[in-house]
Amino acid sequence: MKHLLSVDDLDVESLTAMLDLSEQFVAVNQRDIPKVPALRGKVVASLFYEDSTRTRLSFETAAKRLSCDVMNFSVSQSSVKKGESLLDTVQTIEAMGIDAIVIRHPSAGAPHRITEWVDASVINAGDGRHAHPTQALLDVLTLRRHREMNGLRVAIVGDVRHSRVARSNVKALHLLGADVTLVAPPTLLPESLDGWPVHVSHDLDDVISEVDVVMLLRMQFERQQEALFPTVREYTARYGLTEARADRLKPDALIMHPGPMNRGVELAASVADGPASLVTEQVSNGVAVRMAVLYTLLGSGASVV
Amino acid sequence: MSVLDAGDLRRAQTRIAHEIVERNRGAADVVLVGLYTRGLAIARRLADAIAEFEDLVVPVGALDVSFYRDDIGLRAVTPTGPTEVPVDITGRVVVLVDDVLYTGRTVRAAMDALTELGRPRAIQLAVLVDRGHRELPIRPDFVGKNLPTRVGEDVRVRLTEIDGGLDSVELRDGDSEQAEGVR
Repeated sequence: MKHLLSVDDLDVESLTAMLDLSEQFVAVNQRDIPKVPALRGKVVASLFYEDSTRTRLSFETAAKRLSCDVMNFSVSQSSVKKGESLLDTVQTIEAMGIDAIVIRHPSAGAPHRITEWVDASVINAGDGRHAHPTQALLDVLTLRRHREMNGLRVAIVGDVRHSRVARSNVKALHLLGADVTLVAPPTLLPESLDGWPVHVSHDLDDVISEVDVVMLLRMQFERQQEALFPTVREYTARYGLTEARADRLKPDALIMHPGPMNRGVELAASVADGPASLVTEQVSNGVAVRMAVLYTLLGSGASVV
Repeated sequence: MSVLDAGDLRRAQTRIAHEIVERNRGAADVVLVGLYTRGLAIARRLADAIAEFEDLVVPVGALDVSFYRDDIGLRAVTPTGPTEVPVDITGRVVVLVDDVLYTGRTVRAAMDALTELGRPRAIQLAVLVDRGHRELPIRPDFVGKNLPTRVGEDVRVRLTEIDGGLDSVELRDGDSEQAEGVR
């Protein structure tokens, strides 16, 4: 495997292998010296055309814990501001000698395009509405550490339409045998769900007491150009994980959110910080998963995995 | 060709266990750290032997050296299991345990891995079979059997708890690119 552009690049075996490898890095990250020399001398460039805190820092931490050197390329302070094209930018950083590019871009397919231009490994850190494979990996890793995945009932709630996290998670959860229900108003679902291995509900109250996991999506106000729901308050009333709704969950149900959270919108603050919430665990597992991805892409030699 | 049978292995392990205790004037400070997969099994056996004649429980750790190898990127190096050392190794004598000593590269990686867990007072090396052909200045402290080999040959250690059947060590004509040859 040379690139990771989408969960589609993985099958059950390679996904499971990636999660098993991630467990090794979870253990490394718990040591006093959470660092291994595995990828000494490799250079990872991160290229973020969209704002991000956790994903960028998570990749950076992962690379450093594998002893990679990291080039951080902040688009807002770069020649992109002067109108440099993606092609020129990518060729410029490749000419400095890099082994991997971690890219986030508002256009779906941008990471794929880059693979045609460079020899380095390309890792998709989120492209438009298309894919965010490392988020899906860290979510299923987190869940797998708590529950048997086969037959697990997962509700993905909220702005599915704009969510690359939802697309990637549906695929990863399905590969591992989980049973996924999308819960959203019709306006926040994609126009077509043909081929998605999911159930659909427009009413969170219908499913709330039956699911094992509630995965809330961030309301992506920045991607919405039209009014897709009447008011934030009404959205929260019908689709938010309020305290009252959280009380109706199964006693051992788990709650996830990919961050950043709109507290009080997708979920109540007290629920986000409650015992059922896996939110902070998702973040720490994110580092381990990204270490596994970097190690697999950069450490395997030419023709492996 | 069989070079050691179950009885030979049992006697070699017992002798190594005694040598470890003798060399360290007891085993109070000793931690046995086995390398995945067969080194770990042998480390457990050594601990059992020491427990029997010394009436002392020696801690056993497991070490995976994948992330410390020098051939990452030349081939796929996949970890076998979690590194778990149950005690703080700082100030103690760590006896690394492996089944076959060949180039020494695995042991070098193991020493790097260990030093990130703490600062042992000393690191010693116990191996069931030393087959020669070192590529690094490393020598074992405790050896079950010195086995002259050619580079292309393949040393197969079989242990009951991993491979089933009786313990044995065999020497085979392997092709030189075999996994064992990369050690």
